[in-house]
Amino acid sequence: MTNPNGRFGIHGGQYIPETLMNAVIELEEAYNYYKNDPEFNRELTELFNEYAGRPSRLYYAEKMTHDLGGAKIYLKREDLNHTGAHKINNVLGQALLAKKMGKTRLIAETGAGQHGVATATAAALMGMECVVFMGEEDTIRQALNVYRMRLLGAEVIPVKTGTATLKDAVSEAMREWTSRISDTHYCLGSVMGPHPFPTIVRDFQAVISKEIKEQILQKEGRLPDAVIACVGGGSNAIGSFYHFIEDKDVRLIGCEAAGRGIDTFETAATIATGRLGIFHGMKSYFCQDKDGQIAPVYSISAGLDYPGVGPEHAHLHDIGRAEYVPVTDDEAVNAFEYLAKTEGIIPAIESAHAVAHAIKLAPTMDRDKIIVITISGRGDKDCAAIARYRGEDLHE
Amino acid sequence: MSNIGKAFENGKAFIAFITCGDPDLETTAATVHAAVENGADLIELGIPFSDPTAEGPVIQGANIRALNGGVTTDKIFAFVKELRRDVRVPMVFMTYANVVFSYGAEKFISTCRDIEIDGLILPDLPFEEKEEFQPICDKYGVDLVSLIAPTSENRIAMIAREAEGFLYIVSSLGVTGTRSEIKTDLASIVAVVRQNTDIPCAIGFGISTPEQAKKMAGVSDGAIVGSAIIKLLEKYGKDAPRYVGEYVRSMKDALR
Repeated sequence: MTNPNGRFGIHGGQYIPETLMNAVIELEEAYNYYKNDPEFNRELTELFNEYAGRPSRLYYAEKMTHDLGGAKIYLKREDLNHTGAHKINNVLGQALLAKKMGKTRLIAETGAGQHGVATATAAALMGMECVVFMGEEDTIRQALNVYRMRLLGAEVIPVKTGTATLKDAVSEAMREWTSRISDTHYCLGSVMGPHPFPTIVRDFQAVISKEIKEQILQKEGRLPDAVIACVGGGSNAIGSFYHFIEDKDVRLIGCEAAGRGIDTFETAATIATGRLGIFHGMKSYFCQDKDGQIAPVYSISAGLDYPGVGPEHAHLHDIGRAEYVPVTDDEAVNAFEYLAKTEGIIPAIESAHAVAHAIKLAPTMDRDKIIVITISGRGDKDCAAIARYRGEDLHE
Repeated sequence: MSNIGKAFENGKAFIAFITCGDPDLETTAATVHAAVENGADLIELGIPFSDPTAEGPVIQGANIRALNGGVTTDKIFAFVKELRRDVRVPMVFMTYANVVFSYGAEKFISTCRDIEIDGLILPDLPFEEKEEFQPICDKYGVDLVSLIAPTSENRIAMIAREAEGFLYIVSSLGVTGTRSEIKTDLASIVAVVRQNTDIPCAIGFGISTPEQAKKMAGVSDGAIVGSAIIKLLEKYGKDAPRYVGEYVRSMKDALR
């Protein structure tokens, strides 16, 4: 899907300071070499299987299926991975690549803290230094993850600029990278930023759809009718979609965080409310005002609280290959509670956005249809925030 | 030669960066006048952006103050048109790609020509992406200024060969902001530039003292100062213009 200059249709590109150009060129060259290197792939597969616990389960949610009375529902359990989310897939790949490139230090941005925890984990495993930038607002929302990162040996730097959330953490990580390049790899957490990041991250996350395809063929003997995943930057979604893009009968549905609703300013639903722009190294859709100032977005989910979307999603939207739907805080919280009570699975509030859409969609589909929902992460980290949302003051 | 070349006709050039609307456009106008009267050869006018990823804390602060003050792209265009009644030195805009793209590149760049803005500096538009705006800049005679960084190495010749207006040489790794010491081997970078182009080159990022300016201009054609000026605006607000004037004089004197 990527053309040589890192474009997905009109989206993507490398809109970054000159200071970083040789760094991304070096990264692209290294990636192009190692992605075809049998030794690299053997090491990565071993890390995936022995360390991260792959393949993750494709679980038939029988109670949920019966309760909703429509399509058969499967859950792709990325929440069962080591560190509790899909983020580890990308991080193990990038950390291994960085190590091969001779880098000794990883820096990363994080929203919910899942990517920061995954990066800190990989850094600990591979004996690398790690610095994580996290919006100050998010360090409060996700205090437990801040502790986990520190426990793993990472330094967590609270970012106070702008809205003090994910976009500001990305900006600060980019600034840090321009000041220290030779020993440092920027381990970007989503399918965004300048080329080659959207491609590299997608390739490492594509293991999700590769496994779904194998597993569903084994269990059902056919492909699913719909694959549903939440979209912030879009890494678990592109990972879930990738191996189905050519299977035109499989609906691909990305669930954006609508916050308090797409008719309010308190939303992070980029495809529903944004327009074409250039930011954080890429051309894509962004929530912005008429002067191109990036909008202060909002979602209950720190991981989806980002004003842009990865360029490949923007392209899949343009060509109509994937659908993107907004899901509100309320719907996501209801789905969070629903999955806990119905299946005994507490999803991340991010993943609950995908569950929420499936709850709406499944009853409209026949019982011989199949939906796969990617549960991108587990929800332990969100319990205190959801309790607060329900008016309960819970101290961790 | 473009109009920008005139900035380099008075010995080593002193280039002053000022964020439009920090804290308000009246102060920006007075600051520009003070800088020009005291010897600034080229004015770099910043159009604020919500998320300026190439800026350190000082210029980030100026962007926030300006946006909070209600400045917009249209207000800045009207302001520059007014400013051009008596400011004759070359002026360029410094902003981010999305500000131009979002406004509509053709509308933005044609307006630049109408209000006599001579060039455009976009720190998030590297050589590989300049086709985004280059054809439109060519059409309206607005120079798209290229940057060269300490990490550019094998890219310097390629960038220099297609450069126009002047070349902005980034002195150090990292973002904008004052630095106590600049360690990059700038003379070697400039030597490669000289082999590939005749246009002037000026050094920016981290320069704040007359000694630094003199040293940087010693190996190039001029010095660019942003954060040190913005610090005066941050400190003195509406009273900043005369302090900026004094400061610019001390810097230009060091370059003479």
